[in-house]
Amino acid sequence: MTETLTDANANPVGRPLRRKEDARLLHGQTNWTDNIQLPGTLHMAILRSPMAHARITNLDVTPALKRPHVVAAFTAKDLGDLNGSVPCVWPVTDDIQMPGFPALAVDKVRHVGDCVAVVLATDKYAAADALDAIEVDYEPLPAVIDMEAAIKQGSTAVHDAADGSHGTNVCYEFPLKPQGDGAFDAAVKAAGDDVVVVKRRFINQRVIAGYMEPRAVVASPMGMSNEMTIWSATQIPHVLRVLLALVTGLPENSLRVIAPDVGGGFGGKLQLYREEILAVQIARHLGRPVKWTETRSEDMVASHHGRDQIQDIEIASTKDGQIIGLKVDLIANMGAYLQIITPGIPLLGMFMYPAIYKMPAYEFNCVGVFTNTTPTDAIRGAGRPEATYAIERIMDELAAELDMDPMQLREKNWITHEEFPYTTVAGLTYDTGNYEAATAKAMDLFGYDALRAEQEQRRASGDPVQLGIGISTFTEMCGLAPSRTLGALKYVAGGWEHCTIRALPTGKIELITGTSPHGQGHETAWSQIAASILGVPVDDIEVVHSDTGRAPYGMDTYGSRSLAVGGQAIKKAAERLVEKAKVIAAHQLECSVDDLEFIQGAFRVKGDPAKSQPLAAVAFEAFTAHNLPDGVEPTLQAEATVDPDDFSYPHGTHLCAIEVDTETGKSKIRSYVAVDDVGIQVNPLIVEGQVHGGLACGIGQALYEGVEYDSDGNLLTASFADYLIPSAADLPSFTTDRTVTPSSTNPLGTKGVGEAGAIASPPAIINAIVDALRPMGVTDVKMPATPENVWRAIQAGQGGAQ
Amino acid sequence: MIPIAFDYVRPGTVDEAISALAAAGEDGKVISGGQSLMPVLRLRMAAPTTLVDIGSIAEMKGITDGGDHLVVGANATHYEVMNDALVKQHAPLLAQAAGTVADPAIRHRGTFGGSLAHADPAGDLPTVALALDATMVAKGPNGTREIAAKDFFVDYFTSALEPEEILVAVKVPKLGDGWSTHYEKFNRTAQAWATVGVAAAVKRQNGTITEARVALTNMGPSPVRASSVEAALAGAAATTDAIAAAAANAADGTRPTSDLHASAEFREHLAKVLTKRAVAQAAGV
Amino acid sequence: MTHIPISVTVDGTVYDVEVEPRRLLVHFLREDIGRVGTVVGCDTSNCGACTVLLDGKSVKSCSVLAVQADGHAVLTVQGLAEGEHKWHPVQEAFKECHGLQCGYCTPGMVMAAVDLLQENPNPSEEEIREGLEGNLCRCTGYHNIVKSVEYAAELMGGKS
Repeated sequence: MTETLTDANANPVGRPLRRKEDARLLHGQTNWTDNIQLPGTLHMAILRSPMAHARITNLDVTPALKRPHVVAAFTAKDLGDLNGSVPCVWPVTDDIQMPGFPALAVDKVRHVGDCVAVVLATDKYAAADALDAIEVDYEPLPAVIDMEAAIKQGSTAVHDAADGSHGTNVCYEFPLKPQGDGAFDAAVKAAGDDVVVVKRRFINQRVIAGYMEPRAVVASPMGMSNEMTIWSATQIPHVLRVLLALVTGLPENSLRVIAPDVGGGFGGKLQLYREEILAVQIARHLGRPVKWTETRSEDMVASHHGRDQIQDIEIASTKDGQIIGLKVDLIANMGAYLQIITPGIPLLGMFMYPAIYKMPAYEFNCVGVFTNTTPTDAIRGAGRPEATYAIERIMDELAAELDMDPMQLREKNWITHEEFPYTTVAGLTYDTGNYEAATAKAMDLFGYDALRAEQEQRRASGDPVQLGIGISTFTEMCGLAPSRTLGALKYVAGGWEHCTIRALPTGKIELITGTSPHGQGHETAWSQIAASILGVPVDDIEVVHSDTGRAPYGMDTYGSRSLAVGGQAIKKAAERLVEKAKVIAAHQLECSVDDLEFIQGAFRVKGDPAKSQPLAAVAFEAFTAHNLPDGVEPTLQAEATVDPDDFSYPHGTHLCAIEVDTETGKSKIRSYVAVDDVGIQVNPLIVEGQVHGGLACGIGQALYEGVEYDSDGNLLTASFADYLIPSAADLPSFTTDRTVTPSSTNPLGTKGVGEAGAIASPPAIINAIVDALRPMGVTDVKMPATPENVWRAIQAGQGGAQ
Repeated sequence: MIPIAFDYVRPGTVDEAISALAAAGEDGKVISGGQSLMPVLRLRMAAPTTLVDIGSIAEMKGITDGGDHLVVGANATHYEVMNDALVKQHAPLLAQAAGTVADPAIRHRGTFGGSLAHADPAGDLPTVALALDATMVAKGPNGTREIAAKDFFVDYFTSALEPEEILVAVKVPKLGDGWSTHYEKFNRTAQAWATVGVAAAVKRQNGTITEARVALTNMGPSPVRASSVEAALAGAAATTDAIAAAAANAADGTRPTSDLHASAEFREHLAKVLTKRAVAQAAGV
Repeated sequence: MTHIPISVTVDGTVYDVEVEPRRLLVHFLREDIGRVGTVVGCDTSNCGACTVLLDGKSVKSCSVLAVQADGHAVLTVQGLAEGEHKWHPVQEAFKECHGLQCGYCTPGMVMAAVDLLQENPNPSEEEIREGLEGNLCRCTGYHNIVKSVEYAAELMGGKS
């Protein structure tokens, strides 16, 4: 079963190597941020608002200062300029409302969990105790929770004019009308009688990231200088360094940000959080290390949430099922403030509603809305799960309306493999894909016909447990992102990635990457890529990452970009290193560069295999520099910074069979088949693990998870006891496979995989449940499809049928 | 995550524990396995000044045969209860339900007595105790008294124990011949609390149900016997239809709440469906 | 509140320390004696990341007071292997079957699996899934965790 790591003859790319990372993780030899205990550390505890919207009428931290072990306590007023404002780097329109987002709330609190004051103590327990001593009074204000109510005239404003806003809760409005305003209606009209229009409202509910490691930060100032080392449980150490410098005014070149072992992110740690700003500023102010680790209950109110869109979607086709237009109107919940890319999340979905289908007309509009809730931002898939959910759900509804098999409807409209590259109605150009192949494989593994037969039989016998089949033929855009495209979308950063590879004098290789793994297995996969080019054993490569001191350049890990973008930098850097080494080797072997070939880690003189020079020997020569050719600099290293040509478009076909207990409303997944096409796979074992995890996340959203507020803005799902993340007992084993259609936009032929499962699975699940219940008059089931939601859908369906 | 500070005593006998509890005053609190109390303490939803840890008291451990009943020490863990040969033989409903409590790690620490004294309406074991007509043995400064399960669960998280009393043991009557049982637990995820649960015990003779006991979890402030179902089942044929007809009364007299996991209306519906299933399963139909 | 002297054996070493009564066992492990391999993931006993064996049985170390461990033996993920080269079969199996990604749930998941297999050396898939219901993982979807436990059972001789 075990693949050996050292078989130098085999190309390590494409092999399911066991991970380098695992040994220490399996033995508890880990370096989580919360493990760090520096001498003199002050533990920070945060007083958070219990109210969704209120004016702070009295706030006094001095009683807390009298508590044992307490060293300092601050309000926004105490911090003054140090308080800072949390930045948003994606102002999606020119007239977007971008209210201030102070680290500690000034005068008003705007969501339950908003930061009000901090206490610093030498002991963690003492810091928590001292919060109770802070005196605070609130004057409640009306809480704005419902998005549609929020944008009505006369609604209380989350940020009122006195805060410098324009007094409404509309953050922005963003249209995309590639075929012009009114294109959808025009297409429908042009079709005359030969048209079927289906319109639905889907609610893509609010969810959390649910990484297992709570967030944590340690900020350690160095002596009297501005130097500061910051450890953070973050996905984005490099971005964090830039933003912390901008926010705090500390010189960027004196900040070192380290993301040590990070226990999952799923977008939730793609952020500059206010607690990070507070830790840095207070550490700087007090000249002592400051540490903060959130509790899970804090995480639920304070770490950004995701999704939370109302989706009005309308699709039109001819009566024989040819799609002629699609129209999407979104209302997207920003929450109370704009975090790093809050406004941009719906726009990451904007291009994906047309999905894999050909159609002549597409219209999109999104209204971003402020409410008195925790800010939203990226969570696994970020915008694309929403798009995929809406289009794949409405494809099933359209099929039902047309009385067509839902797979046939898809086949009729999808881009065929001969048509690639294909420019979609939304304006993206998909490089490669083969939806037919992935679907054929999935249908084969699934046993579609047999399940349909069983479904018929259960329907006929009136079985209280009905069977449903759900389809999701999805694609997504990932591999963020071509910098020019990001610029055009007003995103204030690039999407490039960097790699430096150093051949060390002892023969070992140091691969320095700008990606920042938090569970993905980059150390293993990146070693495989480099080893395949350098011809050295995978174990001889050390991957250095997630430390701006040791790996200074990078754009970090999110949006399924690490392999699709970072992988290209690795390849290019490795090839450059070989080119440089070749010059030295030719000199050593007294031949021309053109006479050399590089095979299995050694330069050989063509036709004279006895004359060869291993890379390690070249590296040593480059180190001693005793006999380098003229014009060649000592040391053997190469670097590459790659800006991707385009996004990456993985796709796949997911099929799900669900048994729905019509008496209790409980759904049980009978089988789940996922055939994904993620292009060339560097490590199929890791690919498969990514798919599994994505599926669990998407199934979690479809069946179990959902953030709930009451009308006063109190968070009801405030812990893992109430926000239900599925356990092993709630999920099935998955049947996964791949088709391989190499990407043509990057030289490794790879596509992203981290988000695919989470993007594809929710509609597969809900389509299956609706399919099971359609004879009972059910045409939709709200996510999460809890037993009660399913039961209510059945009640409503049967009521409607009578 | 960090409890408010408290003092801690670990008495070696029940009498010492009673004295310690008395000494602790009104903010004293008993802890044994702590699996219900610890989350409450960590979330600072309770702030006892003294914890009296009864977990080491040997006389409260173990499960013994008391003739027509079992004596289950309050300190018996769920793990012990679910695996105990006597419980499996004479009170299989209890063994089955104990195996559905939380998860294996919590079952290793959490105790039968603790679950009952905690009186959580969503708890599984109070319902079983009620269905089995168990008797609580409580000891306080004034000596020992016995409290019937039907009188023990008073309200949300409130038992009939006096502040200075400790639940020492539980007498669980043995079910005689002809009885069979089932606990039907319905939750949204495996580790979640019961949305609704039904404990059913059915005595069957030939094709007839001669006697039945049905108790419901999370259908009100405390576990409740579905007496109209029991009445309808007594003498009914052991058939799917008869059971379904009886189970249709399951929500009678219940007072379920609406919360995040289910509305009262849905709980009432579930009570009927799950009662039908629990009784059918118990009756072997 | 008065500190209380306790004596706890952790991974074979006896620790005699004084703790506040409210000190959670997991904080004692991580912060008082530096056994940081065991981690905290939630505050409601749901996630199981802090699972250790207490006198050989799995418990959630956030739900046990350090004073309650007085006189008892704790085994953490750091004490599971016999030296660097003799891994516990569960550790071996998790690596072989890719039963971990970020590794944060892993200490608890591994200890829960060890407990599961000592209770039931030859578990079915369903028994594995139910046996791990108290341990949450967000990375793996549990698919490969289940495979890991099956493989560990095989390595330990329980499964053919």
